[in-house]
Amino acid sequence: MTDVAGWETVIGLEVHCELATATKLFCGCPNVFGDEPNTNVCPVCLGLPGSLPVLNRRSVELAMAVGTALHCEVRPSVFHRKNYFYPDMPKDYQVSQYDQPINVGGHLDLPDGTRIGVTRAHMEEDTGKTTHVGESGRIHGADYALVDYNRAGVPLVEIVSEPDIRSADEARAYVNELRAILVAIGASDARMEEGSLRIDANVSVRPAGSSALGTRAEIKNLNSVRSLGRAVDYEVRRQIGLLEAGDKVVQETRHWNEDAGRTSSMRSKEEAYDYRYFPEPDLVPLAPSDRWRDAVAAGLPALPADRRRLLAAAAGVAADHQAVVTVVALGLDDLVTAAVAGGADPRLALNRAANEVAAAHVAPADVDGAAFTTVLVMEGDGRLTSTQAKQVLADVLAGGGGDPVAIARARGFEALGADALTGAVDQVVADNPGEWARFKEGEAKLAGFFVGKVMAATQGRADGRAVTARLRELAAANR
Amino acid sequence: MTAVEIAADVRAGRRSAREVVEAHLETIAAREQEVHAFNLVLHADALGAADVIDRRVAAGDDPGPLAGVPIALKDNLATRGIPTTCGSRILDGWRPPYDATVVTRLREAGAVIVGKTNMDEFAMGSSTENSAFGPTRNPHDPSRVPGGSSGGSAAAVAAGFVPLALGSDTGGSIRQPAALCGVVGMKPTYGVVSRYGLVAFASSLDQIGPLAATVADAAALLEVIGGHDPLDSTSIAGPAPRVRGVLDDGVEGLRVGVVRELTGGLDPDVAARLNEAAAALAGAGAKVDDASVPSVGLGLSAYYLIATAEASSNLARYDGVRYGLRVDAEDVTAMYGATRAAGFGAEVKRRIMLGTYALSAGYYDAYYGQAQRVRTLLIRDFEAAYAQFDLLLSATSPTTAFPLGAKSDDPLAMYLSDVCTIPSNLAGHPAASVPFGTGDDGMPVGIQLYAPALGEPVLFRAAAALERSAPR
Repeated sequence: MTDVAGWETVIGLEVHCELATATKLFCGCPNVFGDEPNTNVCPVCLGLPGSLPVLNRRSVELAMAVGTALHCEVRPSVFHRKNYFYPDMPKDYQVSQYDQPINVGGHLDLPDGTRIGVTRAHMEEDTGKTTHVGESGRIHGADYALVDYNRAGVPLVEIVSEPDIRSADEARAYVNELRAILVAIGASDARMEEGSLRIDANVSVRPAGSSALGTRAEIKNLNSVRSLGRAVDYEVRRQIGLLEAGDKVVQETRHWNEDAGRTSSMRSKEEAYDYRYFPEPDLVPLAPSDRWRDAVAAGLPALPADRRRLLAAAAGVAADHQAVVTVVALGLDDLVTAAVAGGADPRLALNRAANEVAAAHVAPADVDGAAFTTVLVMEGDGRLTSTQAKQVLADVLAGGGGDPVAIARARGFEALGADALTGAVDQVVADNPGEWARFKEGEAKLAGFFVGKVMAATQGRADGRAVTARLRELAAANR
Repeated sequence: MTAVEIAADVRAGRRSAREVVEAHLETIAAREQEVHAFNLVLHADALGAADVIDRRVAAGDDPGPLAGVPIALKDNLATRGIPTTCGSRILDGWRPPYDATVVTRLREAGAVIVGKTNMDEFAMGSSTENSAFGPTRNPHDPSRVPGGSSGGSAAAVAAGFVPLALGSDTGGSIRQPAALCGVVGMKPTYGVVSRYGLVAFASSLDQIGPLAATVADAAALLEVIGGHDPLDSTSIAGPAPRVRGVLDDGVEGLRVGVVRELTGGLDPDVAARLNEAAAALAGAGAKVDDASVPSVGLGLSAYYLIATAEASSNLARYDGVRYGLRVDAEDVTAMYGATRAAGFGAEVKRRIMLGTYALSAGYYDAYYGQAQRVRTLLIRDFEAAYAQFDLLLSATSPTTAFPLGAKSDDPLAMYLSDVCTIPSNLAGHPAASVPFGTGDDGMPVGIQLYAPALGEPVLFRAAAALERSAPR
């Protein structure tokens, strides 16, 4: 646990998200991950002398969509230059938004209902990517660095939370929820492993009950949600350790080392850059019309929180039920609601989606919804046993679809017809008169004995629930 | 011959473009060593381009409005595959992979690019002495400067090397050398000419504009290079201003105001020419009166904060990582320092330091912020003046061309050369310098006309009238 008794953890997250545009923020170069280095570049994104930026309209739309989905006010904004020298930044300044960002003052609700404030979500350009070759990372001897500018100029939205997050678990939940929103609205593929979602965490601690903020450390290089949780846990313990020993926490930027499981100091407040922000004179202020903003808002699909509510209602469970969270996160909620509409049992549909479908790692679009529904209906009405249904569903998912009835028949899962089942039950009752007598006297647990015998006699093709029903029917008639 | 005459002859087949270009290359060969207007003369490229024009004429195709007209480009305009130095060592070896928008438009119009002209490094200077490749000299008196920073372009026109040249004007860098060299120079309204491919000095002030021997030639060039460009976000929507058709319209009834605040520091001979120019316009039918733009005197200080601040950011990219000069050192930071120390000249370093300081945490509001407020005030004062006047009038430069070295050790004296030209850059308004007689030293004097934003037609009308009434 992160909370050591007597201390409260305070976390604010800065999430950089690459927008899923076809082209870069200020030029027509493709915005694609994983191409040959330095192939998606031009005079503009290389910052060549004389080149000028032209703002990508689609990136503005996606940034407005992010802001709207996070309940921000979408406002007129101004691009600034953030000046500092770094080899992967072609102009040695980054075009970003400073004191007039496009989105301000929103919030994000975690699945359990906790509300996290969103300070702002502003637009900026990404940098290139430096690969240091050799030990020291210096440009002499055998050591050198390679820079790939394909990423330079890719549009980003930086989403800054309020310091409202109180634990590593909440931090993870925030990122998971934010990622679900970004994917749902088509703003980003939000893949941390490809760097299209990147997180910096501002972490501080304070005595429980205090309302003053402690001195924070900013942690960089968090490459997964898991790293985020580990790094926060480590940093909280480190800071509490310092404070309990009578030391001070230093305001600084710290680097998370995944292998060592530790954060270490990168640069102190005194070494921090003076970015010399000033309005970018090569761009004009951005003032989206009301009509444009309204069109973006109207075009937003249902958000994960709304979808969880709908799904939970359809399945008759609470909105933060784990299966509901999982199904919505994977985008399988339409599959479940369609199955329910098609006559499937709601809880069964939810659980099969959250477990079997999720485990198959199939994209929602590639799941044959009609077949999914049919399998669940067959299971529901006893034509397939639970075990058989899972097997048929696995075949449907692996084969990209198919006719469950045919699959069941091919596997010999054709459920017994009502007559055959009745005959099999009657035969087993007749063969075991002693047990039958005790069952009739009220020894209900013997139902399992009879079901087992019927299953053995039918090579598992009988539906357990139908067998139990027939047993009760016989017992009532013979009493 | 003027550019207009050359284009007419070439288009009609009366003269070949090759003939024209060869004649100009001969003039260059005869005097370039003395003047040093060019950083690069493109003999073979120019003759090749001339032959293409001649073939188009022979085939009956339209060779463009500037067919066969030789033109020189300031060396801060990107030319595909051709070195573009900005007068600096730091761009050593750099060949742009693209053409500036104005260069593309010139090629399409049939103009023949004969070379890249010398300039103060990154356009920072008023004498073209700040070039890494040595100074340009004034063709009227080689012991004197041609002005700057577009001194190479102004000298090339004055020497008859080319009828047309392009310069860039951030605080007077077209108009002041035009005045000192006795040619026409014009800075368009901010946004009329695309900056795409102009290596930036101060982005909110920079404009490309024409230098020419005559107002009509400058008008023809502006119509080719102006007009909206989707590659420049600050480009104004709409076509180029129509200025060729208004040149004979005269100034009858135009209200012309002589800016009182800019008459103070002028040399007496320059002041005399200004009075004569005002009288000449009045004689041609204009209503001439004194005008006041109270904040115009604050322009110089505001300019040297805004321009240096933007420059400190614009010039950051010359870091040795991707192109141009690199001086190796033991780590990246040391390499940056060594490269920039070796690659930039003293004036560029001075301005980068000034601008870096002006933008620093804690100083931004007092310097950059305050300068922007002055800029707003100046625009308001101009608006008030233009409620009463169609045009404003001043000298272009307080002095005629000064001897080489005269102001090299005194940056502030050099900065004062631009006191009359800077206000129109801060306001974004168009302005032109027209030759009007000579000073006591026999060197040319330029008179400056200011117009409100997008006032190019009225500006050219008056410039043509002033040209007609200038002493011969």
